[in-house]
Amino acid sequence: MSRRAETLLWVAQRASAAVLGVCVLVHLATIIYAVQGGLTGAEILARTRGNAAWAAFYTVFVCAVAVHAPIGLRSVLAEWLGWRGRSRDFALIAFAVMLAGMGMRAVSGVIG
Amino acid sequence: MSTLQVRVWRGDAKGGDFQSFDVPRRESQTVLDVVTFIQRTLDPTLAYRYACRVGMCGSCAMTVNGAPRWTCRTHVDKVAKDGKLSIAPLRNMPVIRDLAADMREFFDKWARAKGRFRGATTRKDDFAHVSPQSDARRLAEAGIECIGCGVCYAACDVVAASPDYLGPAALNRAWTLVNDVRDTDHARRLRAVAGDAGCLACHTHVSCTERCPKAIAPTAGIAGLKRAVSRAALKGEW
Repeated sequence: MSRRAETLLWVAQRASAAVLGVCVLVHLATIIYAVQGGLTGAEILARTRGNAAWAAFYTVFVCAVAVHAPIGLRSVLAEWLGWRGRSRDFALIAFAVMLAGMGMRAVSGVIG
Repeated sequence: MSTLQVRVWRGDAKGGDFQSFDVPRRESQTVLDVVTFIQRTLDPTLAYRYACRVGMCGSCAMTVNGAPRWTCRTHVDKVAKDGKLSIAPLRNMPVIRDLAADMREFFDKWARAKGRFRGATTRKDDFAHVSPQSDARRLAEAGIECIGCGVCYAACDVVAASPDYLGPAALNRAWTLVNDVRDTDHARRLRAVAGDAGCLACHTHVSCTERCPKAIAPTAGIAGLKRAVSRAALKGEW
């Protein structure tokens, strides 16, 4: 991987961290609101189903996770297991796809 | 006169162990004084390195009671309150023998980080006029007093985990040159310090800044390099 690509990965991780900071706060605030209000699962689904705003928010959340986590794991694998090179990067691409797939499946379950 | 109980690491690249010595306690005694006493009085085969004895040359750094320190300016009073000293070679460097660590890779990394000044003028040209108050010069000045002792490098956990990582000293040097308006090698230097083995690998543990005997903050310089290489990569400068 080129120096530029490695640097852009680092920038992507920092940018996705900034997005995640906002998303986690909104997500936590939503959970606390829902719990305090005594909403049931059915009542929550009634609010989220077909709601384009929540769909957009959680899609962004999932994308940020799928970008952020594999790049961080890339350093962890190098430093803790000594796993570097293309095999690691291909494995992490697969991990990113898995995260995105599982996340979007959850989003479609709540919103769709 | 009281006595210091000193454990000194003895061995070479293949391995070794600590050897105990009793050293007379003296007023204003430094750790380097202790090592020198052992070598001159108790065991002349002890290998260690020093030169100036006044904190200028950066030769005498060792691991003292678990932490890297310049031994010539480290008073026993400060580090051995219980009268016990443990002295070992610097971490993250191969051992040559006893307390002498091999600093070749450490300095090779300075070269890899393009730590050499490259200007565009000759001795026939006028002096460059650089305001000491300019932002760039102030940033350069903040890191310019590095003596190359290797304390920051030995303190760095990222170097321990990733032996290719350039390390705080080489990156601090690069940062001083990035802020040197006379230097003409900026683009190549930024490329040299980018990537997995460069400034982006720093986890901001701040061990280098905490341990630097010259009170330099390599962590701040590395943060500056991260911003600079990010801008360069986004602009496609290399």
